[in-house]
Amino acid sequence: MTSAKLDARIPEGQLEQKWTKYRSTVPLVNPANKRSLEIIIVGSGLAGASAASSLAELGYKVKVFCFQDSPRRAHSIAAQGGINAAKNYQNDGDSTYRLFYDTIKGGDYRAREANVYRLAEVSANIIDQCVAQGVPFAREYGGMLDNRSFGGTQVKRTFYAAGQTGQQLLLGAYSALQRQVGLGQVEMFTRHEMLDIVNIDGKCRGIIARDLITGKLERHFGHAVLLCSGGYGNVFYLSTNAMGSNVTAAWKAHKRGAFFGNPCYTQIHPTCIPVSGDHQSKLTLMSESLRNDGRIWVPKRKEDAEAIRSGKLNPNDLKEDDRDYFLERRYPAFGNLVPRDVASRAAKERCDAGFGVNQTGEAVYLDFAYNTKFKYGKKEATKLGISNPTEEQLNTLGKAVIKEQYGNLFDMYQQITGVNPYENPMMIYPAVHYTMGGLWVDYNLMTTVPGLYALGEANFSDHGANRLGASALMQGLADGYFVVPYTIGAYLSNEIRTKPIDTNHEAFVAAENEAKARLEKLMGIKGTKSVDHFHKRLGKIMWDKCGMARNAEGLKTAIAEIQTLKAEFWKEVRVPGELNEFNPELEKAGRVADFIELGELMCQDALNRNESCGGHFREEYQTEEGEALRDDVNFNYVAAWEYISESNWQLNKETLNYENIKIAQRSYK
Amino acid sequence: MSWFSKMLGSSIGQKLIMGVTGLFLISFLVVHCGINALIFMNDGGQTFNKGAEFMGTNWLIRTMEIVLFAGLLLHIIKGYSLTRQNLNKRPVEYAVSAANKNSKWYSRSMGLLGTLLLIFLIIHLKHFWITSRFTDQITGGHITLYEEMKIIFSELWVVVLYMLSMISLGYHLLHGFQSAFQTLGLNHKRYTPLIKNTGVIFSILFPLLFALMPLVMYLGIIK
Amino acid sequence: MSGNMNITLKVWRQKNKDDRGRFETYPVQGVSPDMSFLEMFDVLNERLINEGKEPVAFDHDCREGICGMCSMYINGRPHGPLQGVTTCQLHMRSFKTNDTIVVEPWRAKAFPVIKDLAVDRSSFDRIMSAGGFISVNTGNAQDANATPIGKEDADTAFAAAMCIGCGACVAACKNASAMLFVSAKISQFALLPQGQPERKSRVSKMVAQMDAEGFGSCTNTGACEAECPKGISLSNIARMNRDYINAQFTSQQM
Repeated sequence: MTSAKLDARIPEGQLEQKWTKYRSTVPLVNPANKRSLEIIIVGSGLAGASAASSLAELGYKVKVFCFQDSPRRAHSIAAQGGINAAKNYQNDGDSTYRLFYDTIKGGDYRAREANVYRLAEVSANIIDQCVAQGVPFAREYGGMLDNRSFGGTQVKRTFYAAGQTGQQLLLGAYSALQRQVGLGQVEMFTRHEMLDIVNIDGKCRGIIARDLITGKLERHFGHAVLLCSGGYGNVFYLSTNAMGSNVTAAWKAHKRGAFFGNPCYTQIHPTCIPVSGDHQSKLTLMSESLRNDGRIWVPKRKEDAEAIRSGKLNPNDLKEDDRDYFLERRYPAFGNLVPRDVASRAAKERCDAGFGVNQTGEAVYLDFAYNTKFKYGKKEATKLGISNPTEEQLNTLGKAVIKEQYGNLFDMYQQITGVNPYENPMMIYPAVHYTMGGLWVDYNLMTTVPGLYALGEANFSDHGANRLGASALMQGLADGYFVVPYTIGAYLSNEIRTKPIDTNHEAFVAAENEAKARLEKLMGIKGTKSVDHFHKRLGKIMWDKCGMARNAEGLKTAIAEIQTLKAEFWKEVRVPGELNEFNPELEKAGRVADFIELGELMCQDALNRNESCGGHFREEYQTEEGEALRDDVNFNYVAAWEYISESNWQLNKETLNYENIKIAQRSYK
Repeated sequence: MSWFSKMLGSSIGQKLIMGVTGLFLISFLVVHCGINALIFMNDGGQTFNKGAEFMGTNWLIRTMEIVLFAGLLLHIIKGYSLTRQNLNKRPVEYAVSAANKNSKWYSRSMGLLGTLLLIFLIIHLKHFWITSRFTDQITGGHITLYEEMKIIFSELWVVVLYMLSMISLGYHLLHGFQSAFQTLGLNHKRYTPLIKNTGVIFSILFPLLFALMPLVMYLGIIK
Repeated sequence: MSGNMNITLKVWRQKNKDDRGRFETYPVQGVSPDMSFLEMFDVLNERLINEGKEPVAFDHDCREGICGMCSMYINGRPHGPLQGVTTCQLHMRSFKTNDTIVVEPWRAKAFPVIKDLAVDRSSFDRIMSAGGFISVNTGNAQDANATPIGKEDADTAFAAAMCIGCGACVAACKNASAMLFVSAKISQFALLPQGQPERKSRVSKMVAQMDAEGFGSCTNTGACEAECPKGISLSNIARMNRDYINAQFTSQQM
């Protein structure tokens, strides 16, 4: 069933033995040869920085490229809640198998078993490595590491550093990277953007990059190229991604032969700050960890919702009985901690039904009042020996605990909205957050182009159709620290005789000329509309028709609209400034042009997948209760799209074999 | 000694010189103020003159005087060189500055306050130190140091200059006292408030005592 | 348009590092109080593009106050009038309609201007390369709970590690000193058992690199701490001073 073009190279043997055995048998490169092998890494987030430092430590010559002014600014830095690891420090029954199982189930049975098991296996090593680097994870008074729980799991396995876990992990990887820069093992190229890959004789041999300060194009040779360039959520214009997050590196690779896996799988995060106006440039996430203590609700009666919207009713005054804690009602077993896709759809369902609570009707409450008083307030009162605390006392005591746990998130909320979340329930709404899709890779993380790898969010990844909270950090670091340093040997051991290829090779010249021609074309249009104008329009099409809920008709319309938008873009866009200078508008133009093409493929993929699973919800395919309805007979595969020509892709399928897990309908009830 | 000179040449080393010499000068102020405050005995300068004589003849004090001058010179020279160096670190100045929102004016004006103090010091040394060390006015027994003070402080402009200079000294100390501890790395949640408060009291008390001396003599409160 | 505030912006424009640069004045109408400061710049740039002019170049990325990319010296203060907030998290409700706002780039010898409001902060990366790490290769680590770390130390280390490397400390300091930035990293490692083996060499090397990059020295005015969007404490500078002095006097190296 799996397409002949796809070989996932999953090792034989028992699930538990696959990685251990493979790791011990994968070909090695001896130290002397490593010194003459060059590796290019694009992106400096968790995956890129960890891969770069680890490979450099092994002795490879590494070049790292990032578009930001420093590798420390990659968007991994914004991850808030935490990182999962099967350490079982809490003695609550966690194990490698359980993390593996939760991840497969959370991904709605659309991930590769062997990859996920490996991820769960190395998860514990990641925590060890990070602690050794000086990452200051939260600790208990006895000096041991603390854990919190996250959506889609029933154990506490999430390690965290307040609401800034991604920052701390990235700074750890960044410090390891900078150490190698200091040692001369890594050459760092900041403010550089990769504009194309260069293939020679069927193998990836380098990249074309643009120096964003001078505008000059550069050619760089590498025996292998690793794309660690993150996800493509910005195709929706509004997302929780950074403004610069883009698909360009992955997309150029795709057009040069790397298949794109499951592009339609998009994670919509349930707890983001609602849109406030049409000036909005990005959306801000409120960590999923807030769902540990925040209860999500809307009014039970529409009249109340209307009264709240018009400002006539204060939500604090609405009686308990008049509130609908819809997640607790629908999913009593997991309650507010259901996976993200489930929570997001449930919120959208309530808002679509007219129960939304902000002016636009697109927000639900995330309320801490109950747990402030009755969970933490009571506990503190007991500690202090207060036998009959007043509600006022409970509130004060509990607030101090909430402040300690979520202080920075509450401050951020108040900063953005101007509303004090200690006194009023937060308002939240789902927003695009993460893309499970990405470049298709085999077990070695190599794409369909030999020598070209994809790591972290840039690959189609281990998360299947939906990613569980605190798993992205785990995957990025697993790929970079513990997977690719081994698996790259399978390829590079055959490359030790390959001498560095002169960058005057015709393939380099041709790729540079193409990149140059495209930049000149963008500059030369001199139209009347800004890049953002097109980006916003693309975002609206994608959100409306390929967002949280999709249907065949909408997707078909979207494809037509995107094609029109593309034609208009190439006729009407205006890029000010000059080619050979620091020109942020030109950078944006190139990225948006790629997003437009990607958007079309996403809609294709969503249209092809006639089922609902995880982050892909087709309105035509749902249970009577409105849950996602999978079709395991016809769609139990990874859709790997091969670029043929403009607006023309060929679908290749990789069938997913579940040998260890019994596929079931996902239930969190 | 290469590591030592390298350390003193670093940004932290240079601060260290400022801090250590600063604290040393502060200790001198205590002694100086202590002896001079003897005039408040109002005994026609008897006790004060005894003290002055001790200070002028004791070999340890005379040796320390050399160290004191060395420290003072180091503080001044290093202070100027640091100020000049730091001015170069921002070749283009900001058009708008709201520095008062993030720091105290006197903490940013140590060079200026120090310069005012230097001018004062030259005049002050001329008034007393040169007279007592390099003329035989006092050593020859023509007049006592106390009488010299009375002569000097009979002129209004001198009194005003001294009092204004003590205001400069107060602000210089207000920043310098606690800053020296910070430079030496002595910052602790428990003790820093104590250091800061001591610094505030010190920078008010000692300049005030000094300022009172010319004033009470000019007004004739002390005879 | 979504808002009713009118703002006059005086913005530093500089074509490239060799250009002398000058201020340009731009009226911006229809500003909403819910806009972030950078979104107001988006509005301005959109208009400049439509008028056929060149938009203002400025650094920004995550827009949620954590990447440290945004800069801007606003009305004489880095990241504007609020405390504990980066420019991207500064909202227009902190200003009044008809305000004139002056926006300049970070200014320091070690942060040369690239264009308009964007500056080059690669000096920070070079300081990190000099010693801002713990030398542990991937795979060398022991179990994460093998060495207990007291909550107080872990929390203090974390408070120092929160630095986002934006450079506001340098921008605010009258001496353009980078000591708050450098000391935050030194403190994080100095407070943890993992950081002890390289403690002395780390502080020596990072301070040497900091000096070589052309940052000024610290005169303890406290402006950095007051303007730091992450509230990094001055006590870190004291710890660095202490460690540095100790390292110089007790190191075995000649």
